[in-house]
Amino acid sequence: MTRRLIFEVSRPGRRARAQAPAAESAAPADLPAALIRDREALLPAVSELDVVRHYTRLSQLNFSIDTNSYPLGSCTMKYNPRACHRLASLPGFLDVHPAAPDASVQGLLECLHELQEMLAAVTGMEAITLAPMAGAQGEFAGVAMFKAYHQARGDHGRDEIIVPDAAHGTNPATAAMCGLKVREIATGKDGDIELAALDEALGPRTAGIMLTNPSTLGVFERHILEISRRVHAAGGLLYYDGANLNALLGRVLPGDMGFDAVHLNLHKTFSTPHGGGGPGAGAVGVASSLKPFLPVPYVEQAEGTYRWRTDSPDSIGKLAANGGNIGVLLRAWVYLRMLGREGLQRVADHAVLNANYLAFRLAEEGFDLAYPERRAGHEFVISLKRLRDRTGVTAADFAKAMLDEGFHAPTVYFPLLVPECLLIEPTETESPEALDALIEAMVRIRDAALSDPEAVRSAPHRMPIQRPDEVLAARKPDLAHAPALRSRAGSSDEA
Amino acid sequence: MSEIPTDLKYTSEHEWVRREDSGTLVVGLTDYAQEQLGDLVYVDTPEVGASFAAGDVCAVVESVKAASDVYSPAGGEVVAVNESLQDSPEKISDDPYGGGWLFEMAPEDPAEWEELLDPDQYEELLDS
Amino acid sequence: MPFVPHTSSQVQDMLRRLGARSVADLYDEIPESLLRKEPPGIPSGLDEAGIGRIARQRAASNTPLLCFAGGGAYEHHIPAAIWDIASRGEFYSNYTPYQPEAAQGSLQLTYEYQTMIAGLTGMDVANASLYDGATAFAEACLMAVRCNKKSDARRIAVARSLHPAWRAVARTLLNGQGIELVEAPLDDSGRADFNHVYENVGGGFDAIAVAAPNYLGGMPDLEAWRALADREGALLVVGINPVSLGLLRPPGEFGADIVCGEGQPLGIPMSGGGPYLGLLACKSRYIRQMPGRLAGRTVDAAGDTAYVLTLQAREQHIRRSRATSNICTNQGLMVVAATLYMALLGGEGMRRVASACHARTAQLVEALTAIGGVRRAFDAPFFHEDVLCLDRPVAPVLAALAKQGILGGIDISSEYPELGNALLVCATEMRTEDDVLRYARALREIYRLT
Repeated sequence: MTRRLIFEVSRPGRRARAQAPAAESAAPADLPAALIRDREALLPAVSELDVVRHYTRLSQLNFSIDTNSYPLGSCTMKYNPRACHRLASLPGFLDVHPAAPDASVQGLLECLHELQEMLAAVTGMEAITLAPMAGAQGEFAGVAMFKAYHQARGDHGRDEIIVPDAAHGTNPATAAMCGLKVREIATGKDGDIELAALDEALGPRTAGIMLTNPSTLGVFERHILEISRRVHAAGGLLYYDGANLNALLGRVLPGDMGFDAVHLNLHKTFSTPHGGGGPGAGAVGVASSLKPFLPVPYVEQAEGTYRWRTDSPDSIGKLAANGGNIGVLLRAWVYLRMLGREGLQRVADHAVLNANYLAFRLAEEGFDLAYPERRAGHEFVISLKRLRDRTGVTAADFAKAMLDEGFHAPTVYFPLLVPECLLIEPTETESPEALDALIEAMVRIRDAALSDPEAVRSAPHRMPIQRPDEVLAARKPDLAHAPALRSRAGSSDEA
Repeated sequence: MSEIPTDLKYTSEHEWVRREDSGTLVVGLTDYAQEQLGDLVYVDTPEVGASFAAGDVCAVVESVKAASDVYSPAGGEVVAVNESLQDSPEKISDDPYGGGWLFEMAPEDPAEWEELLDPDQYEELLDS
Repeated sequence: MPFVPHTSSQVQDMLRRLGARSVADLYDEIPESLLRKEPPGIPSGLDEAGIGRIARQRAASNTPLLCFAGGGAYEHHIPAAIWDIASRGEFYSNYTPYQPEAAQGSLQLTYEYQTMIAGLTGMDVANASLYDGATAFAEACLMAVRCNKKSDARRIAVARSLHPAWRAVARTLLNGQGIELVEAPLDDSGRADFNHVYENVGGGFDAIAVAAPNYLGGMPDLEAWRALADREGALLVVGINPVSLGLLRPPGEFGADIVCGEGQPLGIPMSGGGPYLGLLACKSRYIRQMPGRLAGRTVDAAGDTAYVLTLQAREQHIRRSRATSNICTNQGLMVVAATLYMALLGGEGMRRVASACHARTAQLVEALTAIGGVRRAFDAPFFHEDVLCLDRPVAPVLAALAKQGILGGIDISSEYPELGNALLVCATEMRTEDDVLRYARALREIYRLT
């Protein structure tokens, strides 16, 4: 199937007339001629209908939560309530310039302040900043605050961050961005951290440890209180990667577990949309000891009025041009207000119920759980190693076949510790019927792998494309449509 | 079974090293290494003139879903790199001991050559 | 209960299958002392009508202001089609396209976006976006340090006329890696004086970073800075406003190595400051050092065109502690909006928008400087922003304007003390002649009364 690019729909001279100023404007006389383009920017020339039809059709090639189940481990692909989108899109919120005086945006600041308070309550943290624009920025803020904390105490030798080998890739990448060394520690056979490995890593160079709980293996770290005690005793701090908070929402507070800083992926637990890869939001909460180092700005309330706090002498600084991804924050605010106090635990309860049900039923059907003796959190890992050894069908093949069944693939080959693994997270918003349909689909694929492995190895067969050649894509990168750029004057390099 | 030419020395990081008559060392990845890496898509070679200590990361080879470091087998200065890998990284897979060579270096301490693994030792490493 | 579809009999059935009496049994690996019986104290849940009432009331309590502020966020017309399409569930609620077979729509769109940003900036390649202009600038600096293999300075010379928030964010993000930003002061025309830096600090910079147009509205001499960069062995990093490139010669034509920018003007609402869109483009020889996602074109098993995320070995989920950046997300939904904006406007439409912004700002500056005690800070050309010097502190003047429903600009006196009482003003194509007159009248009146 060949689909046209918008550049191939383009006809010189055509344009969407209603969207640009009607006035024909001559080149401004007060600008030096050398600064003015001598030809139009290289963009498509199309009508409004061309655009609407082209991109509507493109959208139809996508899976999305609105159209498909996404049992995508570690990503918490739950339903994104439409009310969040509608209400965050009210003109009174959208038309606010970031430089508008605080007095003119009290309604907006009240929402953000309320969100800060609610997130502090659900994490057990003292203070929240909403500035980080994604989980990775939240992590950066957290680790940078650890560094600032130790330095402020004159404790200069702490240049190591401990990260379990099962951690998300952002954890070590963040530590490196903060100029700290990463010290990986092993996970034991039962999925918990090996305390002996922790003890060996801890010392006067320990700035802190980054943990996800439940871990990326989908199991609750049972030694968490002991870990917390030992890390603190060694002078280090604990960072909670909130990617898996959905498993504990309202039931267990990161603050109670001993964490000093937390980031929350609002696009996971708090239901803001993934938008095909962003924007997200990575609010960060801290214990009182870290409050002076919070990134700016955050919202403060005094005597009934709200204001952006932009000055804070010990702050690690700014992370975003403005106050963060406010449109995303408003969606999380709407979600939490709708969920309410009584709804928090229902999220975790049903997420955990769905995951345990799915894990139990898949095990009944003969799939291998990576940690069969452990209780699943909100997600779990299965290994297809036996199936691969018998049929040659890999986890990646299996994932592709799931697309043909109308399910988005689970996370594959992560965590790195389990061979041929699928990380499956149903979330609380999928009904039991949807889970049963997923189980039936996985059984069908497994049976097909046994009877006709080649059919599964070449899946998918019913998607808009067959399997793409990723080796070619990486060897000969084609990152822009060359004919659309060909008429350029004075190109810098051959693309 | 991977091929292990007998006229080369090896490292535990699956690199081969050939000493030229001039005393310079030519470095590449072993057949075993290229098999493990799968289809290579990019090689980040060092710059001519760069200096490394033995064990320093001096190059990176990338497949679609992995990036692997290449460690300098000895201390010294890079005197030549295989520029053709920029356009044809697949040479490493097709001809690991020939056209897939990575770079050539002038060693600081010729004695380091002696410490590298001989073919039998490397084969033992693969078997273990 | 909101968003959970289970009936109570279904819950009972599921628990029975699991051999559990209640959900509490499913938490049996969690230490008893950690389990909260009572949920944390947040307000009780609301239904859609209830939250709608509160949200509408709060949105309405924000005072709408006639906007003459820019400084990195601009009120432009947003074509109706953009958010109608971007809000489709298939764009709004899909995941990062790691499974290309299930995301050809997003991937092709991203490929088109990358092509459009390359076309607009005159660069070879663009990535699939970063968080915002400030983070794009910080990442451009990190990238320049990686790209400039001939330099081990770990120092960037940056124009003080570049957005203060961009510089602040870059300092936060570069700090941990020991990379220094050295600021080039403003010259008399409000532009950066890099010669001053080279003369006073000495050489040794990985890159020279400048914005065109700059934060103060002016336009640097990119030709001169390209020549300086060449002479000193530095890369040239240029920050841009994409709307200006409808009219202005793009940085690629001046030989920029890396281009970064704030993509908010491309169909994205001001939204109090975010979410916005970080633009990043470069020469093709630097793509391996580029952070963030990249969509690429390839073929599928049947030989048909297909799109994928490519060069992923640069990224955190593979490289871990040695990744080009810890960035994981891009601003996918904002990319949809910007792509639709650029497609709808086209080269001609963007030229008209840029020209209209310039013309309206020229009118504004003329009207305001006709008032005694208001003068231009610099006698140099501007794009759609300019700095005005007032004969009195700016803050009270802005407060008085706000009382009359006018956001009169941005007080930059504390960011740029060297400029005195300095006010940054902007007028986009959304402002009418009447709006300009209203601002001028209000300011004249405030000056008369105080």
